[in-house]
Amino acid sequence: MTEIFGIPVQAFMGQLLIGLINGSFYALLSLGLAVIFGLLNIINFTHGAQYMMGAFVAWFLLNKTGMGYWWALVVAPIAVGIVGVIIERTMLKQLYKLDHLYGLLLTFGLALIIQGLFRNEYGSSGLPYSIPSQLTGGQNLGFMFLPNYRAWVIVFSLVVCFSTWFVIEKTKLGSYLRAATENPELVRAFGINVPRMITVTYGFGVGLAALAGVMAAPIYSVNPLMGENLIIVVFAVVVIGGMGSIMGSIVTGFGLGIIEGLTKVFYPEASNTVIFIVMAIVLAIRPAGLFGTQK
Amino acid sequence: MSAVLPAAKSGEVGAQRIAFVVMLAFFILGPLVMYPVFLMKVMCFALFAAAFNLLIGFVGLLSFGHAMFLGTAGYVCAHAAKVWGFTPELAILAGAAAAAALGLVTGLLAIRRQGIYFAMITLALAQMIFFLCLQAPFTGGEDGIQAVPRGRLLGLLDLSNVWNMYGTVLVIFVAGFLLIYRTVHSPFGQVLKAIRENEARTTSLGYNTTRYKLMAFVLSAALSGVAGATNALVFQLAALNSVHWSMSGEVVLMNLVGGLGTIFGPVVGAFVVLAMENYLATLGFWITIVQGAIFVLCVLAFRRGIVGELGRLMRKPI
Amino acid sequence: MLFRKLAIAAAVPMAMATAAHAQISDGVIKIGVLNDQSSLYADISGPGGVVAAKMAVEDFGAAKKGMKVEIISADHQNKPDVGSSIARQWYDVDKVDVIVDVPTSSVALAINQVTREKNKLFLVSGAASSDLTGKACSPNTIHWTYDTWMLAHGTGSAIVGAGKKTWFFITADYAFGHALERDTAEVVKAAGGQVLGAVRHPLNAQDFSSFLLQAQSSKAQVIGLANAGGDTINSIKQASEFGIVKGGQSLAGMLVFISDIHALGLQTAQGLIFTETFYWDRNDASRAFAKRFAPQNGGKMPTMVQAGIYSSVLHYLKAVQALKSDDGPKVAAKMKEMPTDDPLFGKGRIRADGRKIHDAYLVEVKKPSESKGPWDYYKILATIPAEKAFRPEKDGGCDLVKK
Repeated sequence: MTEIFGIPVQAFMGQLLIGLINGSFYALLSLGLAVIFGLLNIINFTHGAQYMMGAFVAWFLLNKTGMGYWWALVVAPIAVGIVGVIIERTMLKQLYKLDHLYGLLLTFGLALIIQGLFRNEYGSSGLPYSIPSQLTGGQNLGFMFLPNYRAWVIVFSLVVCFSTWFVIEKTKLGSYLRAATENPELVRAFGINVPRMITVTYGFGVGLAALAGVMAAPIYSVNPLMGENLIIVVFAVVVIGGMGSIMGSIVTGFGLGIIEGLTKVFYPEASNTVIFIVMAIVLAIRPAGLFGTQK
Repeated sequence: MSAVLPAAKSGEVGAQRIAFVVMLAFFILGPLVMYPVFLMKVMCFALFAAAFNLLIGFVGLLSFGHAMFLGTAGYVCAHAAKVWGFTPELAILAGAAAAAALGLVTGLLAIRRQGIYFAMITLALAQMIFFLCLQAPFTGGEDGIQAVPRGRLLGLLDLSNVWNMYGTVLVIFVAGFLLIYRTVHSPFGQVLKAIRENEARTTSLGYNTTRYKLMAFVLSAALSGVAGATNALVFQLAALNSVHWSMSGEVVLMNLVGGLGTIFGPVVGAFVVLAMENYLATLGFWITIVQGAIFVLCVLAFRRGIVGELGRLMRKPI
Repeated sequence: MLFRKLAIAAAVPMAMATAAHAQISDGVIKIGVLNDQSSLYADISGPGGVVAAKMAVEDFGAAKKGMKVEIISADHQNKPDVGSSIARQWYDVDKVDVIVDVPTSSVALAINQVTREKNKLFLVSGAASSDLTGKACSPNTIHWTYDTWMLAHGTGSAIVGAGKKTWFFITADYAFGHALERDTAEVVKAAGGQVLGAVRHPLNAQDFSSFLLQAQSSKAQVIGLANAGGDTINSIKQASEFGIVKGGQSLAGMLVFISDIHALGLQTAQGLIFTETFYWDRNDASRAFAKRFAPQNGGKMPTMVQAGIYSSVLHYLKAVQALKSDDGPKVAAKMKEMPTDDPLFGKGRIRADGRKIHDAYLVEVKKPSESKGPWDYYKILATIPAEKAFRPEKDGGCDLVKK
């Protein structure tokens, strides 16, 4: 049996595929943050808590109303997005004229509050949520057993990532958005309601976070602390990709998945830390991130 | 974002002197009414917060990784005291030296960046240090280094007596605080403020801004190290959560509550945050919610922090 | 003359009574419940632990016996310095006589140290480290409920005994995980089995697919999960997704609590085998306790840690009553002298090294079809008698044990 670096080729391919799947998940997860930070220059530390809320809404829908996973994919982002809009209108709005630091601190505080409230209510062990029946089971690919749900994760993430990138970079709406954040005064002069665009964009970014939460619910433990563990990784992805670049986050997300996957094979203890090593290296060489432009 | 401190006028110096006396009186008389170990913890963290404030308040750099200096110094000091048998003052110096060295290395990597990028690089480096601390055998992993002896100061004063320890911590705190105060009000400090206001112009005036920023960074790291090492001796324990990123978040909270860029803000902030944690510990699960609420409140309504608001009322920055 | 005799006769018991009260420090027995109330392990003991302690005080009938007992609690957030700080304050300022629970071994080891310095008493229920009755043993500490040795030997020997000899470990990369892996590996090898490999994952790794894939390729018969809390839950959930059990391998959870099974659901957790020392549905006495406990704990049934708090506080109060003093090491000695008997753990005793021993139970998680309702989760496969369940006294390296 041929070996690559001491492990059999088959096993290696399996790990690579898993890395790719995780990468697609990271890309989806970072998308919301990339939109909010890239376009609005708001450092949204509440992202992890909003991701968690998405998963909880999915659980709530299933257990209290009988609405399953497919409904949750639509309802959860809207519900959490509305919460995001409320946050933006009542609190974030006041901070735009100030240093970005305040937005960060506010969203950090909100994350603590939201997580604390959920934890008081639901405990910390988590709630059960199963893979929807249409996606259970898997395919034996020869070199590994691929659960159907994981294949779905890759497909869905690619679709959402590409659509978001397309809307923002290639459509008229997207161009208004980008213009509005670069030069709000001028765009306002053209009669476009800039504050509303910002609010909607924030809501959209939050909705994306919640969508990732619904995706995670069947495979990761649905508990109030689930976002806290991921938040700094997501930030690292956005920073490495280059803040302001949607494509940067997507590419970095996938890249991280693969690098982390390889680390899990050769030096698993470091798999949570490898992203930070990559970030330090990237920022040392390209200060604005891989695809970012120095603003 | 941070209070702009004009050149010290006589009225301000007077106000600051009064504030200093009040602070000193508080810490000298405090142990008569409050638990001395708690006050020692406050002093250590006040020093840590003040060292952090040096960077953000006066140079304008927000670091997300300051816990790495606090924690690393704690580990080195604990190891020195327990395994190498250093006397406490040497152990603290060893810890501070380790933190300063780490500050130099990380500073060289981070200092060229600004704003959020600087913050993220410091976070990345802190996470790597966390990983190293977790893996290195001498740190004891998540058990930490326990049963650290307090030893005899200079070989003479037995620090296991709580009053001796208290006096020592008080001296260290006041010395550190005064060092920061002198630095801020020195020509060096003026250059730092100039860099914060307009780095390009400062460079054009002929100052090597990178070197100044690096020196401030190393100083901040060293003083954080003194705080961390002293804290390890007070609790006779060096633990992993001192290098965790939540500790970096906590020092930001202390400065926010106290007042970013004020002299006494970090001390007040440290006291408020630690007192709250102490008294809320018995309330159990509400701690994180209350901490979050304080963050939100401070940012929305109370941006100058306690000392900042006080300074504004008195029209004299402290 | 008679009057004087009567007066003396009356005075003596009164003097003794006042003397007895004078020996209880400050006239109050103060119990501090220190645990994680807000994060990972909040469901394992947390606020429920305080409930258990209160129930023990009530059931003991402290008020009727004229003993004043107070309970305070605090959250150590799984941080040794926070825990140590609270413990010091409790002992120095708040006149706490005994600290109970303390999950998270790193915090427990710190409290063990502080308690020894201040010469008080520490009744551990939540923490797992067998070092607490080994090289870190102390005359001021008694370790209740469970420890890593018992878990490793209980689960390990039972599974190897059933013919599953090849193992692969998924281990949390910190001291506790390593200890669990090491103890279990010892058992496996001693029983003639083989450890085919191990992978160490960082704490709070969300995704275990890579590690599970490595476990699958090893073709080991058993995948031992040497981790706890959210990591165990995620490992089990994803193992089910990757068809580990369907593919013929078994999962052995080294440290699993009923709250974890509740979080996973029977569909995912069925067939899992592990060891516990308490199950709420084991007999009438435990059921009676659980029915009183659950309404005070948000409808959740007691975990073995919470049961351990009840049991340790109850035995403590009995010892204090017998000794008429709440002096730490003296009460500990008395607790070791008196055999234990309570409705939750049955009969047991406390050894010289501070280890409380009682029967342990090998349990298997029921299939959804076998369960009659919420919290009806376990089948008890076997009972491991107390004397065999825990590490032999002489092997611990504790210097309290006479050689």
